[in-house]
Amino acid sequence: MPAQAELAGALLAADRPAPAGLLPAGRFAVHRNNVVAGLVEALGAAYPAVRSLVGERFFRAAATDFVRREPPRSPVLIDYGGGFAGFLGSFRPAAGLPYLAPVARLERAWLLAYHAAEAAPLPIAALAQMPEAVLGRCRLVPHPSLRLVVSSFPVVALWAANTGRGPHEAVDLDRAETALVVRPEELVVVESLTPGMAAFVATLADDQPLGAAAEAAMRADSGFELGPALGRLFALGAVVGLRQSSFEGDSR
Amino acid sequence: MIAATIPRASGLGLKSRHCAEILASRPRVGWFEVHPENYMGAGGPPHRRLAAIRRDYPLSLHGVGLSIGGEGPLDAAHLARLRTLVERYEPGLVSEHLAWSSHEGVYFNDLLPLPYTDGTLARVVEHVDRLQEGLGRPILLENPSSYLTFEESTLAEPAFLGEIARRSGCGLLLDLNNVFVSSQNLGFTPESYIDSFPLDEVGEIHLGGHATEPDGLLVDAHDRAVADPVWALLALVLQRTGVLPVLVEWDNDVPAWPVLHREAVLAQRLLDNCRHARAG
Repeated sequence: MPAQAELAGALLAADRPAPAGLLPAGRFAVHRNNVVAGLVEALGAAYPAVRSLVGERFFRAAATDFVRREPPRSPVLIDYGGGFAGFLGSFRPAAGLPYLAPVARLERAWLLAYHAAEAAPLPIAALAQMPEAVLGRCRLVPHPSLRLVVSSFPVVALWAANTGRGPHEAVDLDRAETALVVRPEELVVVESLTPGMAAFVATLADDQPLGAAAEAAMRADSGFELGPALGRLFALGAVVGLRQSSFEGDSR
Repeated sequence: MIAATIPRASGLGLKSRHCAEILASRPRVGWFEVHPENYMGAGGPPHRRLAAIRRDYPLSLHGVGLSIGGEGPLDAAHLARLRTLVERYEPGLVSEHLAWSSHEGVYFNDLLPLPYTDGTLARVVEHVDRLQEGLGRPILLENPSSYLTFEESTLAEPAFLGEIARRSGCGLLLDLNNVFVSSQNLGFTPESYIDSFPLDEVGEIHLGGHATEPDGLLVDAHDRAVADPVWALLALVLQRTGVLPVLVEWDNDVPAWPVLHREAVLAQRLLDNCRHARAG
């Protein structure tokens, strides 16, 4: 009389025998295979660039290991695999591929952006309506789908080359890239940011005012220009609101 | 949004890759069905597509994640998510499976089998009650495809399902591909299963394709066209039940839209034959 605890335990442990009381006992393997194969496939769908980078056999081995360690904690499978990048970062057989975890982080950001809440992007004209005196203290409300992925590897180039979006050619690994991911409408947009723009968006996304973000950008890149940066950000649909700082906010 | 009621006509499992074509050509399909779990994100293209489809077609929500046969209590957070979708999309039918898929918070992403005993019967009825209370509407419960049985089972599956329906007031979803797969794997005739099935409780029929493993085991793979013996079972059941909503599921190796649409046309032909035979 196997209780579900016993069945559940045996589903994810390849070396555990099938629980007693099942007829025919050997058929338990069907469910064991379904569970692991289904979850590996779910990871493969969420991480196509990682899969392409390491090849099918390596991916299956890594994903199977991950599935057994971190099975889903929710029936909402579209949210499964948040820990995969972290897992890959410490997965010994992938030690020679240090760019794998950053690419996985980008794919996770892509998926979260894909399923993120909707919000209407703000036109840049909204900025012009703000009194100039308060503009520097103004905060930009990012689109709910906005994510930044900071990496010391060319994460956007690697991702694009391995998802059929960019040229599949040798990628120079000695190049850091920060990816901006946003989905203002139907399509998820992934852009490589300059160091100044990366610092600018990171500071804004951290709920800092526009003035502070511009200063951070200038520190990262002395050639940073605020006007074009704002133009780009609004054109991407990455801003959905403006907040004038409250006194409370300023006093922090 | 057009009326919610699912017609006694053929419908199809909705696949995202077909949505653009469906929205552009508005093909004659009675209704569509989706797994609600695929629409439990906050927003994004899945919701945009489903909202557009729902404007023109009745919709059925066919859950795979509630673990109705689970030993633990029903997942309240998942029930709340399902309720949100029901309120948003106003489905004509809501269904789930006679199976368990979660244990102590771990989700296995498989429809796992249950022993059919008085104990599991009481538990399933309690969970169906809670689900129906939570949604404020009756559901349909689907018969599983089986690869094994439990020594401890004391009830036959059709009787077990009939008793769940009687006690909880839920309806049943009769998956004829599952009946065929189970019958071949466990060694009974699908006709005998249907003979003992409480057909009066059936509110929807499922069809789908199955795969055959090298050792002869049939697997409910939903990766191909409906097999001939399963079409024959549909004709047999419709003779007894009259016309019902009939859905074709094709979830893996999903074909081009015309190939899938043809399955709905075939199912509709059997429904039309049934209607004429009864009228004649």
